Amino acid sequence: MTVSLLSLDAVSKNFGGNHAVSNVSFTLKEGEIVGLIGPNGAGKTTLVNVITGVQRASSGRICFGDLDVTEQRPYQAARRGLARTFQIVQPFPAMTVLENVAAGALFGGAQSSRAEATDVARKNLEFVGLAGFADRPASALTLAGRKRLELAKSLAMQPKLLMLDEVNAGLNASEIDGALTLIRKIAERGITILVIEHLMKVVMSLAQRLLVLHHGQLIADGVPTDIVDDPRVIEAYLGGKFAERLKGIRQHG
Amino acid sequence: MSDTQRYVAFALWVFALASTPLWAENYTVRMAILIAMFTALTLSWNFIGGLTGYPSLATAAFFGLGSYVGALLQGAGAPMLVAWIAATVFVGVLAAVFGVIILRLRGHYFAIGSFGLVEVLRLVISSWGSLTGGGDGLNVPLVQGGPNAVAQTFLAVMVVIMVIVFVVTVLVDRGRLGFGLRCIQQNEDAADMVGVDTTRFKVYAFTLSALFCGTVGAAYASWTGYIDPTDSFSILMTIKVPVMCLLGGAGTLLGPVVGTATFMILEEIVWANFLDYNRAILGAFTVALILFLPGGLLRIDYRNLVTRFAARPGRSGAPA
Repeated sequence: MTVSLLSLDAVSKNFGGNHAVSNVSFTLKEGEIVGLIGPNGAGKTTLVNVITGVQRASSGRICFGDLDVTEQRPYQAARRGLARTFQIVQPFPAMTVLENVAAGALFGGAQSSRAEATDVARKNLEFVGLAGFADRPASALTLAGRKRLELAKSLAMQPKLLMLDEVNAGLNASEIDGALTLIRKIAERGITILVIEHLMKVVMSLAQRLLVLHHGQLIADGVPTDIVDDPRVIEAYLGGKFAERLKGIRQHG
Repeated sequence: MSDTQRYVAFALWVFALASTPLWAENYTVRMAILIAMFTALTLSWNFIGGLTGYPSLATAAFFGLGSYVGALLQGAGAPMLVAWIAATVFVGVLAAVFGVIILRLRGHYFAIGSFGLVEVLRLVISSWGSLTGGGDGLNVPLVQGGPNAVAQTFLAVMVVIMVIVFVVTVLVDRGRLGFGLRCIQQNEDAADMVGVDTTRFKVYAFTLSALFCGTVGAAYASWTGYIDPTDSFSILMTIKVPVMCLLGGAGTLLGPVVGTATFMILEEIVWANFLDYNRAILGAFTVALILFLPGGLLRIDYRNLVTRFAARPGRSGAPA
């Protein structure tokens, strides 16, 4: 039996009368790759914000390991091993690519000196394939490059849980394939991954389990093959036609 | 320019300022004292305004507070050095407290909030007549000795303070704190997400930006022998210090030093030649600076500039 790494218990987030996230409960086990899907405005990013302390939950409880982290601030989340990438990339634009990643290693990771942090940063840049850009300013990277930079920065923080908020949005098909390979390699390191995605192709091929959000509520939690058959998920998100096609892919491919 | 070259350049500048009594008349020595004093203030501002990117307008608040704490303690019989150190500590502690409150604001809001500190403290000092003498100001026990000896003493004092702030800047810039502050300056939300305790780091930066303003204020009070609220909490000072830093290049090591020297020498020239319009000219200069040279003098790529001039057609026969 694997240990639960993150557990949410009836977590809600209201903005005035708007229930962005309501009464969501789920558990992530160590080493899992879980997909979080749902239509635009379903509350996916808000949920990540609540987990990482960017926004505070209106009610409910979040536990990371044995620790109650409901009230944590973002920097504490980072130091505890909860890393995330942003849907809209957030580099330190005037710093070099290397410095960007070193920041993650120094403040979020275990490194105590800038020299050590730089070493760790170099290894992570190599891992994501950005070693050749180490001394360029982060603002000089393409979108695909910046997404890789976000990944390297998060990895340098030596996270236990990595939340990827639409790392594939805005990438072309070959860039997406590159990103998928990278995510699988990260998972092989034993890092638990929560993938927030719009692209069904991506989550279907990556995730061992899917969570579906709709209007802030968790409407399904299960293995991808069951999720595709779930009538509520089809109605809320996939649409009948697409669900048929996914099933077709599964049977014939 | 490597760091070593920067240190050498600074050391040469320190030597030039400190040696003025040997080769120049009193007017120049006084100018050197003021340059050293303002450089210490600009380097201080650089912690919060340059490294952290928070446009503070609170310099005069800390300078004024330091001058009053120093003057009051000296008036009560404390030795000069003790009064200066006490002023530094007092201003530092108060800045940390204020910082926790106003660093919740960002951008323009923070600028206005920090400016509020200057006005509030000026009003408190003016109104608290029983302690501070109110609008009549305060007399500070004069330093013994002739004008030359006094000038030399305070030149040494201001230069030493300037060197201390410079050394602290180097240490901060190279360490974890400086790296974190640069992250905050670049993108505060992202800094938070990689594990920088942004609130704490900003309070450190704000306190650092205040500490030495307190020392300089107290030393200034001892130098002039008389302080009053409008002179100590001067709005002009609170504006000038950021302008000097921006002129040289905010967030850089030598920017504040270069900016202060350039601005003060320019100011002196303008003042001497255009008695009626000097403020207007300096104002126009400031606006032009922000429009055309937002990165400051040190951000200009001088080498590139020279090559471009050399490569101009007609000037040389160099192939394109």
